[in-house]
Amino acid sequence: MSLRLDPREHAPLFLRLLVSLVAGLAALLLVAIPVMAAGANPFEAYLLMAQGAFGSMFALSETLNRATPLILTGLAAAVAFRARLWNIGAEGQLYMGALAAVMVGSGFLQLPAPLAIPAIMLAGFLAGGLMMVIPAMLKQRFGADEVVITLLLNFVVILFIQMLIEGPLKDPLAMGWPQSVPLVAEARFDKLIPRLRMHWGLIVGLVAALILWLMVKRTVLGFEIKAVGENKAAARFAGIPVDATMLKVALISGGLAGLAGVSEVAGVKGYLSADLSPGFGYSGIVVAMLAGLSPIGSVLAAIFIAAVFVGADSMSRATGISNYLADLVVALSLLCVLVGGFFLRFRLRWQSRQEA
Amino acid sequence: MDVLLDIFASANFWAAAIRIATPLIFGVLGALICERAGVLNLGIEGIFVAGAMAGWLAVYLGAGLWGGVLIAALAGALFGLLHAFLTVILGLSQHVSGIGITLLATSASYFTYRTTLPDVSSPPRIAPFQPIAVPGLSDLPFIGPALFQQTLLTWLALVLVAIVAFVLYRTPLGLAIRAVGDNPASVEAQGLSVRGLRIGAVVIGSALMALGGAFLTMSAFDAFFFGMVNGRGWICIALVVFASWQPGKALLGALLFGAFDAFQIRLQAEIGQVVPGQVFLMMPYLLSILALVLVARKADYPRALLQPWTKGQRH
Repeated sequence: MSLRLDPREHAPLFLRLLVSLVAGLAALLLVAIPVMAAGANPFEAYLLMAQGAFGSMFALSETLNRATPLILTGLAAAVAFRARLWNIGAEGQLYMGALAAVMVGSGFLQLPAPLAIPAIMLAGFLAGGLMMVIPAMLKQRFGADEVVITLLLNFVVILFIQMLIEGPLKDPLAMGWPQSVPLVAEARFDKLIPRLRMHWGLIVGLVAALILWLMVKRTVLGFEIKAVGENKAAARFAGIPVDATMLKVALISGGLAGLAGVSEVAGVKGYLSADLSPGFGYSGIVVAMLAGLSPIGSVLAAIFIAAVFVGADSMSRATGISNYLADLVVALSLLCVLVGGFFLRFRLRWQSRQEA
Repeated sequence: MDVLLDIFASANFWAAAIRIATPLIFGVLGALICERAGVLNLGIEGIFVAGAMAGWLAVYLGAGLWGGVLIAALAGALFGLLHAFLTVILGLSQHVSGIGITLLATSASYFTYRTTLPDVSSPPRIAPFQPIAVPGLSDLPFIGPALFQQTLLTWLALVLVAIVAFVLYRTPLGLAIRAVGDNPASVEAQGLSVRGLRIGAVVIGSALMALGGAFLTMSAFDAFFFGMVNGRGWICIALVVFASWQPGKALLGALLFGAFDAFQIRLQAEIGQVVPGQVFLMMPYLLSILALVLVARKADYPRALLQPWTKGQRH
């Protein structure tokens, strides 16, 4: 008997779901080791995390609040990775989207809410999109690798934001804190339920997921993205405008990350500061991979990742274990789902010697 | 103009340039070895953090300085082994695995730091590597202070450039490593193990990256800060392309970069009142992007970079 690997043409849906589920669980199980190393009981820690993330209406609202930007950055990564455009710059695009929202929505345009909200969303989408279109064009024109450029741009953007909120955009009423002037009331997202923090950004995220799902399944662009992602040369040979498709993907991907920034400013903070995102852009990559690049899956994966963060914060307050545990779970989820991808590509089969 | 001349004529400026270049030399060499063998290692940013934390913590807990360096290298090698397992053995996406390694190494380092030192408000310090004075040479005008303000880790980095160049171009092992990133089929035809060579290269390369991190906490500074690596790993990935995957040019690129960075810090002191500080801080990243864009067309990527290899594979 020997073990043989047979390539798979297509992995069934249930198997893909199973891989993501097992990957998330495996990541949670693996952190039992650092929890024990920190001198705590892992079962107690898991229980506290679950309670912290889902144990009350307040906890649930916090989790969905945290999931909102992750849905959008997850979609941003998912649509780009589908076309094999490596957008690792969602963090910077998020900040550019937030910046655009503040520039449009802090009062120099006097608009009623039904116009102000679409205006800041459009501005944020375009600003984020532009931040990804530039590296995509540099790739097409000069062959420059978009991975490193988008990664480096994240650092440039955050410094640019710091410069603006300590300079021209600084709120004179913020008692010296480096934060931007606030959005006007008309440009703020309403809360979904009074006294809970979750807001209309969640609906934006869900609608975006739905639109992206329809686009992937039902539109010419969706087909073109798939073709470009699977084989660029073949797509070009088949007459698909590869470069134009890539630029559209870049705009959509960066734009979605920009919307995440708009949502955080308009739904949570009300102003722009340099600590707006604790790495939502990077976690978005994990969301997309856990979701198998599926738009609907991204919503579920974002809720999972958000629950890990919110749960770990709460567990950390109760036990004193560092909440960097959440980042460990997120990193391990990514690596576990990557390994899971191996089983989607290959079928393991035992075979007897005669067969071979 | 006088300002510029003053800056370039000062030995302290060149000493700072070499100091800033040192972690990049380690990082670029590490990335270069991995990529020459056909494996992109985006784990570099996290491996820098792991090296910085592990080396520092070992010394803080009582190890000697060189013990700390060894621990840092081991931590890097360990994450390299994981990256090699995922990308070389399982043939999974080098991009995604690398990002995963960066996230894992960073969060594991932060978690370990917080767990080991739960109650510190300001980062505790260690006694770092000290500059070594060479009697006679240190007293040379200009060159003396520029070169001999450096610690042994900087000298290690410079020696490693020579060693890596020698091994890559003058030994059968180097030939095999270069071939495995260009034309793995030819290596297999020689009866050598493609996977073995790649795993070895990624492990060694990752250990070197970790030394870049260790330099930060054990020589440039004397403590570990969150976010102290600050994109240095990504800059190394850009510098490798700029250096055409050659150790000599990698050294030159890192030194140019160090000189530029030291220059902008001094310029900031001169004209910082009129230009916001962030403009200067952006420069290293923008410079890396510019370098990447300028050389991209001519860049001679190792031909089998990003391509997994299965034994007996035919093209």
